[in-house]
Amino acid sequence: MAWGKRKDLLGIEDLSREEIEAILDTAESFKDVSLRKIKKVPALRGVTVVNLFLEPSTRTRTSFELAGKRLSADVINISASSSSILKGESLKDTAWNIEAMNADILIVRHVAAGTAHFLSRVLNCSVINAGDGAHEHPTQALLDLFSIRERKQKIDGLTVAIVGDIAHSRVARSNILALRKLGARVRIAGPGTMIPPGIEAMDVEVCRSLDEAIDGVDVIMMLRIQKERQEQSLFPSVREYSRFFGLTRQRLKGAQEDLLIMHPGPINRGVEIAPDVADGPYSIILDQVTNGVAVRMATLYLYSGAKR
Amino acid sequence: MSLIIKGGRIIDPVNGRDREGDLLIEKGRIVKIGKSLSGDRTIDAKGLWVVPGLIDMHVHLREPGYEYKETIESGCRAAAAGGFTAVACMPNTDPVNDNGSVTDLILTRARSAAVTVHPVGAITRGSCGEGLAEIGEMAELGVVALSDDGRPVTNGQLMRRGMEYAGSFGLPVISHAEDLDLCAGGVMHEGTISTRLGLRGIPSAAEESMVERDILLAELTGAALHVAHVSARGTVERIRKAKARGVPVTAEVTPHHLSLSHEALAGYDTNLKVNPPLRTEEDRQALIAGLADGTLDAVASDHAPHNIAEKEVEFDQAAFGMVGLETSLSLLLQLVHEGRLTPVQLVERMSPAPARILKLQGGTLREGAVADVTLIDPDLTFTVDAARFRSLSSNTPFQGRELKGKAVCTLVRGKAVYSDPVMKGRKRKVT
Repeated sequence: MAWGKRKDLLGIEDLSREEIEAILDTAESFKDVSLRKIKKVPALRGVTVVNLFLEPSTRTRTSFELAGKRLSADVINISASSSSILKGESLKDTAWNIEAMNADILIVRHVAAGTAHFLSRVLNCSVINAGDGAHEHPTQALLDLFSIRERKQKIDGLTVAIVGDIAHSRVARSNILALRKLGARVRIAGPGTMIPPGIEAMDVEVCRSLDEAIDGVDVIMMLRIQKERQEQSLFPSVREYSRFFGLTRQRLKGAQEDLLIMHPGPINRGVEIAPDVADGPYSIILDQVTNGVAVRMATLYLYSGAKR
Repeated sequence: MSLIIKGGRIIDPVNGRDREGDLLIEKGRIVKIGKSLSGDRTIDAKGLWVVPGLIDMHVHLREPGYEYKETIESGCRAAAAGGFTAVACMPNTDPVNDNGSVTDLILTRARSAAVTVHPVGAITRGSCGEGLAEIGEMAELGVVALSDDGRPVTNGQLMRRGMEYAGSFGLPVISHAEDLDLCAGGVMHEGTISTRLGLRGIPSAAEESMVERDILLAELTGAALHVAHVSARGTVERIRKAKARGVPVTAEVTPHHLSLSHEALAGYDTNLKVNPPLRTEEDRQALIAGLADGTLDAVASDHAPHNIAEKEVEFDQAAFGMVGLETSLSLLLQLVHEGRLTPVQLVERMSPAPARILKLQGGTLREGAVADVTLIDPDLTFTVDAARFRSLSSNTPFQGRELKGKAVCTLVRGKAVYSDPVMKGRKRKVT
């Protein structure tokens, strides 16, 4: 497998189908490392990995940290609240200073779209996008596809519904791209205020309601609704949102037995997803988290070889 | 000492001239246009276009207050290098040019500048949109138009009063038309690309709705309205309809809106972050057609210099705007090469039209006129290199782009304020 030509993972939009499958295949072999008593392989020994998380995160950051450590890399975590960014230091200076300490891989999460692109231009080390504003969250899409493939053995021909605040969701964008590249059909649904203009150009079917979107699908991905969006007049109240777009047991009557329900987390129990659905038989939400570590190990492993 | 510009293609739209000839310049004026003229010094203009000095009616010279981005002196040197003999500078300085003392400061600094500077005064105090600026005082000192550019005048009643008051001084009102609420947080055109890139968008409706309002107010008050930096095809349509029913409206378009569309933003280059944003290819085509048929009267660069520190940041944080004086003409010449615009149309939109709109002397090469002349080599290829810009700022998305055609000599009042190295072989002194 010819890898090593890419320095950075900025988004699914740059990856071919073959590259996506290569990452998923590599993740498979890393998955069992996390099941052993000694959860370590020396693959990235001596490699310095820096997590630059300028937006809050539980899953992604812990997942990348564990992935790095299980590969024996030296992992450093930097967050905005405890860094000199509070003193007004620019992003470019922050990144250059980190690189000056010979970091090999910089994993960055930021509230502004295009941040990973910006850093990839100014840095020589590898940049991995852990979420840039509403643009992309490639490793999330990769772990989501891994989780689906694990259960269904394939992605081609499946129909996947993504429901919620599509307009502001990097998870939605990355998943739409990845699912389409691997041959799935994608439906999206959400309140009219949250369907971004021109989304049809990304080759998805826009559904008018939750029921229309999930009718007969193989996979449902629910997205978190942010309370701030209410202040921006994107929805009137949590009560109304959950009534029309919340996934409950009643809405799943007639669903196929092997339906998969997913959520990137964190979940708002009772808002976009009912507690008994999140914890119910179709849910693979926690498997997603487990697979996240394996997929991020694969990502770090593959992108560590691509130094300039 | 007389100067002959010899054997060039003289393009003078106002006087219907487009033919080879000689220009005799003496004491800063065009004395004669003819054939086989002679004088003390000669510039061989064979193969060059000889046109009335180009005028950029929308530039930001940043002085006073933002001298780290540009000064009147550096901005005018950039203008000269771009082939411009005059510029109109916008009032969003610090302090805002909303009274006589700031207008006076700008005019004083401009006295030693390479090209002529015509200040535009603010419509409202501080451009805050709350009360009228001291328009009369500024008019007396010589502002050529009024604008709150950078911001719209959101309050319809105040825009109306500004237009009525400006009317008493014969000043046009330049509208930066946008509905701020519809624009909120937007950093690029709202459409398929903003959706793909995850960036907040600014819909065309934000511009069109305000342009329509301003057109109606111009109709109501009879004031001369000039629409700045048109970006949307719907705006072109509205202006066309308004002109057809006799509304006193004119409009301008930037070279970057004529050359680029939102697809260019895929790499998040902050030099492409502009307000109004680059829109779709259909919008761009409508702008070109509008410029060709005269619906859009003039080309104006909206030269907006910004420091590296304000551009080399996350896209959301970056300042809006790009420099334009030193690439404006060359970008328009690409449209001539593509057959979208004739040479006469190009000259008309970049010289007589701005002169007419702002009631300036200039835009013509008739005998007796001030010798503001631009020499253009339409076939000279060069590579855009921001490091060699005269502007203090280098925020251009055209870095490294090869362009064909540029200004090679700029004369203000008969004196060369810019001379491209290729001119060396063309200058001769007859002893």
